[in-house]
Amino acid sequence: MKPFHYQRADRLEHVAQLISASGAMAIAGGTNLIDLMKLQVETPDTIIDVNRLPLDQIAEEGDGLRIGALATNTATAGHGKVRSDYPILAKAILAGATQQLRNKATTAGNLCQRTRCYYFTNIDQPCNKRDPGSGCGAITGIARLHAILGTSDQCIATYPGDMAVAMAALDAKVEIKDRAGNTRSIAVRDFHRLPNDAPEKDNILEPGDIITGVILPAPVPGKQLYRKVRERSSYAFALCSVAAIIDMDEGKITRADLAFGGIAHKPWFDARLGELLVGETPSLSLFDKAADLLLEDAHGFGENDFKIPLTRRALAATLCEATGVDA
Amino acid sequence: MTLTINDKEYELPSDPRVSLLDFIRHDAGLSGTKKGCDHGQCGACTVIVNGERINSCLTLAIMHEDDAVTTIEGLGTPTNPSALQQAFLSHDGYQCGYCTPGQICSATAMLTEIASGLPSDATEDISTSPKLTDEEIRERMSGNLCRCGAYPNIVAAIREVAEAGL
Amino acid sequence: MTAHLKQNKLDKRNVLDGMQQGIIGKPISRSEGLLKVTGKATYAAEYHLENCLEGVIVTAPFAKGRVTVIDESSVMEMPGVITVISDERMIARAAQGTAGAAPLQKACDVDYWGQPIALVVAESFEEARNAAKHLHIEFEVEDAIFDASEVEVEPQDGATQQGDLAQAMAEAEHSVDISYTTEGHASAAMEPHAAIADWDGETLTVRASLQMLNYNIGELADSMDLDESKVRLISRYVGGGFGSKLGISQEVVAASIAAMQLGRPVRVVMSRQQVFQTIMRRSETTQRLRLAADANGRLTGFGHEALVSNLPGEGFAEPVTQSSEFLYAGENRLLKIDIARIHRMTAGSVRAPGEAVGMPALEAALDELAEKAGIDPVELRLRNIPEEHPATGTPFSSHKLAECLQQGAKAFGWDSGPRKPRNRREGEWWIGTGVASAARVHIVSQARARVTLQADGTALVETDMTDIGTGTYTILGQIAGEMLGLAQEQVKVELGDTRHPRGSGSGGSWGAASVGSAVFVACEAIRAKIASQLGISADMELTLKDSTVSWDEGKKSLSDIIDGKDIAREGHYEPGDITEDYAASGYGAFFVEVAVNRWTGETRMRRMTGAFGFGRVLNEKTARSQCLGGMVWCIGSALTESLLFDPRDGHLVNCDLAEYHVPVNRDIPDLDVIMVEERDPAASPIQAKGIGELGMCGGAGAIANAIYNACGARMHDFPMTPDRVLAAMPDE
Repeated sequence: MKPFHYQRADRLEHVAQLISASGAMAIAGGTNLIDLMKLQVETPDTIIDVNRLPLDQIAEEGDGLRIGALATNTATAGHGKVRSDYPILAKAILAGATQQLRNKATTAGNLCQRTRCYYFTNIDQPCNKRDPGSGCGAITGIARLHAILGTSDQCIATYPGDMAVAMAALDAKVEIKDRAGNTRSIAVRDFHRLPNDAPEKDNILEPGDIITGVILPAPVPGKQLYRKVRERSSYAFALCSVAAIIDMDEGKITRADLAFGGIAHKPWFDARLGELLVGETPSLSLFDKAADLLLEDAHGFGENDFKIPLTRRALAATLCEATGVDA
Repeated sequence: MTLTINDKEYELPSDPRVSLLDFIRHDAGLSGTKKGCDHGQCGACTVIVNGERINSCLTLAIMHEDDAVTTIEGLGTPTNPSALQQAFLSHDGYQCGYCTPGQICSATAMLTEIASGLPSDATEDISTSPKLTDEEIRERMSGNLCRCGAYPNIVAAIREVAEAGL
Repeated sequence: MTAHLKQNKLDKRNVLDGMQQGIIGKPISRSEGLLKVTGKATYAAEYHLENCLEGVIVTAPFAKGRVTVIDESSVMEMPGVITVISDERMIARAAQGTAGAAPLQKACDVDYWGQPIALVVAESFEEARNAAKHLHIEFEVEDAIFDASEVEVEPQDGATQQGDLAQAMAEAEHSVDISYTTEGHASAAMEPHAAIADWDGETLTVRASLQMLNYNIGELADSMDLDESKVRLISRYVGGGFGSKLGISQEVVAASIAAMQLGRPVRVVMSRQQVFQTIMRRSETTQRLRLAADANGRLTGFGHEALVSNLPGEGFAEPVTQSSEFLYAGENRLLKIDIARIHRMTAGSVRAPGEAVGMPALEAALDELAEKAGIDPVELRLRNIPEEHPATGTPFSSHKLAECLQQGAKAFGWDSGPRKPRNRREGEWWIGTGVASAARVHIVSQARARVTLQADGTALVETDMTDIGTGTYTILGQIAGEMLGLAQEQVKVELGDTRHPRGSGSGGSWGAASVGSAVFVACEAIRAKIASQLGISADMELTLKDSTVSWDEGKKSLSDIIDGKDIAREGHYEPGDITEDYAASGYGAFFVEVAVNRWTGETRMRRMTGAFGFGRVLNEKTARSQCLGGMVWCIGSALTESLLFDPRDGHLVNCDLAEYHVPVNRDIPDLDVIMVEERDPAASPIQAKGIGELGMCGGAGAIANAIYNACGARMHDFPMTPDRVLAAMPDE
């Protein structure tokens, strides 16, 4: 680990200034940052400990629910309102990592979690995300974990988390305070970027930005499912995952909010799926059409080719479970 | 600036890079807490901080001013082992012993989590309180790898303690 | 005084069964257990030595070539840095098990990606780790081949060719000819490789995490060019080995060089990534199984050929066909292993070398043969148990395969009716069952142990043998206690220090039978001494129980007999002709039930039964744990474990525990272990055989067979990850 200065931020007003300094990074749970600092993938000059800021509240806000940036994954998944009204979020969080990690991992930290690409975490390998211009080791290397949608010739990494996938399905908003103290909000669906020609940027945060919370909209009716396909039955990143909020009325689908994990640089949301499904009678052939749409631009890189049929099947399985189609 | 480990106060390290794990093992000399991977991938370093279990390898000691840390040495001693320590012994819930302190710290906190109603990935209906099934124990203990493969005995040890309400 | 036994004939005396203390075999909790569960057992890196420095290894970021410059000045100004070691004595590779001499040195000549090339030593770990990342090196890279299919192969010695397999295949009523692949495996012991070296000007003392001090001392002494008498190794607790700590590894020598050069203790602990990148891998394999059978399913031809890999210059070749040599009949036989020289890290022993990957392929092929012949797979196996070693004609000693298959089937509730895939579905899960045999050749090695019956009436057992989680501390206490009439608590066992007599080392599942026999021999000698002191002709006329010696005409307390004078005997056990005269092996059977997700191909274990015959059970609790461990490894190798290498530069990409998937608790269902009663007179004078590896020999095959029975996917590639299962799953 490279030497760094450690500074604790005691007041929100000071944070923006502190983290605006060149080479400064905020640390919350630290489960991702410290991991990467030990590998010298991250080499901050200063780390700003934000853990004592009062941003860990989970509280109703309007019709929705506000989850503080520093609320731990455990607190969120265990919150009564989350469990009753946004079960998909609790399920997604609980499907990720372990209890020890979820006790430290925070809302904001988890949104900013970096990829698990093996070439990103190995500083002796090329990686445009870690070292812009050095090349991508994965594209012609071992790409088992990698993306099938939204890739670029610079980067095929995935966003590895589960929580944000559920938040994308829920259409939650990320609340951000900028350097000047202004607050803005952006949909989780738009928070993460595609790699394009700047894979070093995982998301839309600008220098000095601080995530203060995530706002869940008013609860919606319907079944909420999170299906995570993984090699181990626990403690493994998703080969692919599907977050689905599905409602039905008189045999027809009235809501289909879907998001996918493990297949792209961001939680994947494709508005066309909802448009295709809503108003239709659920059937295997309908689900197949949805998968066709979802995967029309998908392509693999050898080792991860399997993710294309796997995502198709995971989607069908989830939709069958949600709609009661007996396949 | 200090932190407390097993009711004893320690000065925080001057080098901010020192992980809580290295601080416990090296500076505090409590080598019961193990380093298996140093990256939050094995659970051998699990300790209990302010009542919650965490991977001590993925946090810096300096971030824990005024925190109360409990390590395996704080749970019991060879002459006065905790109920879980005793159960791991009698059920042979370990072999080489290296993951064991982490397993036991984890299990200790886990029983509290279940009692408090915290759901897990194995909870059928997360709107209700979890029941202490073997599947719940297995899922909740999946953050602690045991390469010797003592898992069935670990589950048996935890089940015994949980059922006895110790 | 040394008592010596070279076992040249069957030992049918069953001496231990005639003893009266009643602790042998009993499920006694581990004697070191309280220390382990309370965090008081001290592992290699955990000794607090004054003034100890910290060393961090620097590894090569290329696979083949030469390091031309190691620029010490690039880090010497960094805070805390003391020195950079890049000595010619540093070892390039870990020593293979039982080497006893230095492995390849001159670490600047690089043969695999991640090879240790230097050591940075600093006052603190953080300073050393950071400096290690900044050490400037220059190197020349050479072309290298990383894929076994791209090189000419070398046939290994010891192939079996008997009769005409091709003809047997042509004439067979039923036959299968199938290729299988298995990926590389890592031992991934939970304790990373670690050493603290300390030089006092006379003796180099190294606390390290090692399995076989009796060989490791020679390896270290040779590497350092020191006399063995100047080297002391201590490994009291070892956080798992599984083969990865059989020979000394790079941190042991690097720490030793630094400590001797600096005159201060130096600790070197490998990072988890380094453990993955530099320590022994199990070779990937490509295998061809040919089985020919008559109308009754009796094997007439048996072919098992394998391609494995290793670095140039390594003698080890994954012994894939080891159990195939003798497990099943078939007069026309072809068994051979070819090796390809490629530039991945050293291939060596990982738990159950050979059987762990060879048997799953064999047992899966047998399942396909059973289906073709329309014979229940348990019955097919029973029909093919040979009368004697099918190639050499050597008689078997004690052979419990049939009992294991039968008892296992009964306990599991095996349905011997017609089998067809997709017979049972629960929701979105297909449920299926499978069976496989287990076999692991029994090996013993020479071993020494000293037993002292002390003046206070307790006993002390001393050997440099290690306990890597197997239960050695406990079973040696049980053997000595049983023989000397002492309670378990009255026997103190000291292990893991080369100051003690040379044991057998832990490896090859031979530890318990070998060093246990040495303790037994020493105890027999102590009993003989007691007998002679009492004027009794044979010690078997004595009964030693609860610290009391009784015989026909009398009774005396042990302490009265000792009368203030220790009785110490060193036992020296050597395997003799018996190992040639009989084919001794442990046997077993696995029965599993799996669920396969019809959508995603995910396989989840539902239950698993293992029935094993491995001679005398020395401790029912620790032996059962060994079986459980083996079964868990079966599940890992069947479903998740796979080393992934970059095809371009040969580096191991999944070099951590997040991406190399050893099983987690939730992967493991209820495991039922049946230990079949057995005394093997050829195995050892304590009638025990090895158990550490038997439990993982073949079980992955049972899982493959169960996946087929569940969902119709015939799996020929391990591990059977969801993508592979989906690819093999027929459409519904």
